[in-house]
Amino acid sequence: MHVLYRKELSDHINSTRCQILYFMLALVCFIALYGAEQTLAQSASQTSDGTTTVSKFMFLLLFTTSGSNIYSISTFLGFLGPVFGIMLGFDAINEEIAQGTLNRLAAQPIWRDTIIISKFLAGATFIFLTVFSIGGLVTGIGMIGTGLVPSGEEVARILFYLLMASIYICTWMALAELFSVTCRHAATSALSSIAIWLFLTMFMSLLASGIAGMVYPTGQSVQGQMNTLANYNLQVGLNRISPYYLFSEVTTILMNPNVRSTNLVSILQSSDSAIASYLTLGQSLLQIIPHIVVMFAEMIAFFAAAYISFMRKEIRA
Amino acid sequence: MADETKDPIIQTVNLCKDYGEVHAVDHLNLQVHPGEVFGLLGPNGAGKTTTTLMLLGLTEPTSGHAFINGLNCTRHSLEVKNLVGYLPDNVGFYPAMTGRDNLIFSGMMNGLSEADAGKRAARELERVGMTYAADRNAGTYSRGMRQRLGIADVLMKDPKVIIMDEPTAGIDPEGVRAMTVLIRNLALEEHITLLISSHDLYQVQRISDRVGIFVHGKMIACGKVQDLGRQLQNEGLYMFDFTAEKNGEKEWSPEFQQKIREIPDVTIVGRKVDGSIHVEAKRDILLELQKLMVEQGIAVREMHQTGGDLDEIYRKYFEKAEEEEEGGKSNGRSGQNAGGEEADRPVGLKAKLAAVRSRRKK
Ligand SMILES: Nc1ncnc2c1ncn2[C@@H]1O[C@H](COP(=O)(O)OP(=O)(O)OP(=O)(O)O)[C@@H](O)[C@H]1O
Ligand SMILES: [Mg+2]
Repeated sequence: MHVLYRKELSDHINSTRCQILYFMLALVCFIALYGAEQTLAQSASQTSDGTTTVSKFMFLLLFTTSGSNIYSISTFLGFLGPVFGIMLGFDAINEEIAQGTLNRLAAQPIWRDTIIISKFLAGATFIFLTVFSIGGLVTGIGMIGTGLVPSGEEVARILFYLLMASIYICTWMALAELFSVTCRHAATSALSSIAIWLFLTMFMSLLASGIAGMVYPTGQSVQGQMNTLANYNLQVGLNRISPYYLFSEVTTILMNPNVRSTNLVSILQSSDSAIASYLTLGQSLLQIIPHIVVMFAEMIAFFAAAYISFMRKEIRA
Repeated sequence: MADETKDPIIQTVNLCKDYGEVHAVDHLNLQVHPGEVFGLLGPNGAGKTTTTLMLLGLTEPTSGHAFINGLNCTRHSLEVKNLVGYLPDNVGFYPAMTGRDNLIFSGMMNGLSEADAGKRAARELERVGMTYAADRNAGTYSRGMRQRLGIADVLMKDPKVIIMDEPTAGIDPEGVRAMTVLIRNLALEEHITLLISSHDLYQVQRISDRVGIFVHGKMIACGKVQDLGRQLQNEGLYMFDFTAEKNGEKEWSPEFQQKIREIPDVTIVGRKVDGSIHVEAKRDILLELQKLMVEQGIAVREMHQTGGDLDEIYRKYFEKAEEEEEGGKSNGRSGQNAGGEEADRPVGLKAKLAAVRSRRKK
């Protein structure tokens, strides 16, 4: 097993595709970091006039603040992460079939599941390496660029955030691997994965509000007023099917200790009556545990589907 | 060589594989003895590849069992794959790795250390004559080079049994000769059992101890090549091949053909592409043939009574199977065809099969 795993991992590291992906992601993050520094510098200079308060978690803002004409790092991760995962996974199995190496591999004295497990683990390792190395670089450059030193809690939050980002990307890779088993051609599998990604990222919210509006119509009538909460809950629930939405909520809570919940009630509450203070890391984590569980479950579910369909697949030239 | 006193090393019991309505393999009972080279013959789609896949546990049989070295191929696939080297048809390699690295990777998958695998790879590359290209990326190899590398790949695990699906497809004639010698030596010196599926009748005849002929998933004949020929004779089929010369020219005049046809019980008179004459009869007409030629003043060269020629055996069995399938419809076929259709009988098997198919459609 480790022989295959090592080969897969070195394949990833040596492949042009992965190197391009890596540098693309790194470049985008650095540009976003630069944008964030600019914005923060502006608001900091405003602060000295006494107009805005400085956040205690200044350093985290480097990840979530967008520049004047560029998105923030966290937005980029949420958006490009899936592309990264899909690129790693979409041709895992069908490429082997096309090369004619799968039946030779399957004829070696290994269990068949070793093949797909090694592939997944190698991809996951590559994702973790990428995310953490880029995250580390961004942190380091951010420290140099701004002169801010992250506190222990900030570091912990960043680490958790990077972990979640890795799992998020792995989820998409698992989905792409599922398609790589079921589709005979790499192109079909890539297009299917990208279609799902676009759907979940762009159109899920439209669909969710549509369905929620149908099930619980809101309006001026009494019934409509009563429905508002149910409508909102259903909408959010549907949205949370999408790993993209889950990840963006996780980002918000982890990187922004001001945010105390993702539920409607507490959002309404906090706007007028909450005490202005921050959530501790433990409290923040408590908020997102369901998100973590669901995201993990989605990753496992996609991988399990890929696994099962691979085990059932007939290997033939 | 083949040791028939011991238990068979490859054995299938009523092995069946259905793809929907298609019976790809139909109640196959096959036994291959240790150290034997067994040739699996059959037209396209006969079920040869399917059989080899089931032997490796890569495909599950619909019913029946396959055993290698006493191990059930479906249930103990890991142990089986430890013993068996498999060369798939259209074998492929990782294009971004060199041929040598591909072999080393295979060796390590089989539990060799990297250093051992490297040594072994060098040896096997030498054996298949690929050392000169070993350090080029496998993606740049030609079909025949891939095939050779595939054979080296199979040898990397030091197998007890080798299953090859069309091992010499795409290899040049000199290479085929070298591979044939290599394969024979594997059986003779290293006592490896080989199961080879192929279309190349002459090659199979040269290297196999026994052959099995497959049509539509059924094995219609199995045994030593000579035995199969004898079996045909017992069923009343005698074949003669010879070259007839008159005044130094090859003789093939209509009168001459007519004379041969007049011998009682002759069913087919034809000429092969190389100019030799092929005669089939329901009984031994050797004496009459010779007498005829002496009377005509024709010199006979290379007269041999075939039955030892796999090409003929294969064709006969194949036609027999087709006829059985058609029912009694074409019983009189061989008689009607005497001469005409046989005259320019294509040599290539594929063309021949096509001819049989088109005949079937009519
Ligand atoms: N996945 C599949 N689905 C349906 N039918 C299949 C499938 N795979 C193979 N078959 C059928 O099984 C039969 C046997 O195929 P197989 O590949 O074993 O033939 P073969 O003897 O190896 O032929 P060839 O000489 O062309 O390699 C064929 O009729 C084929 O159409
Ligand atoms: Mg085949």
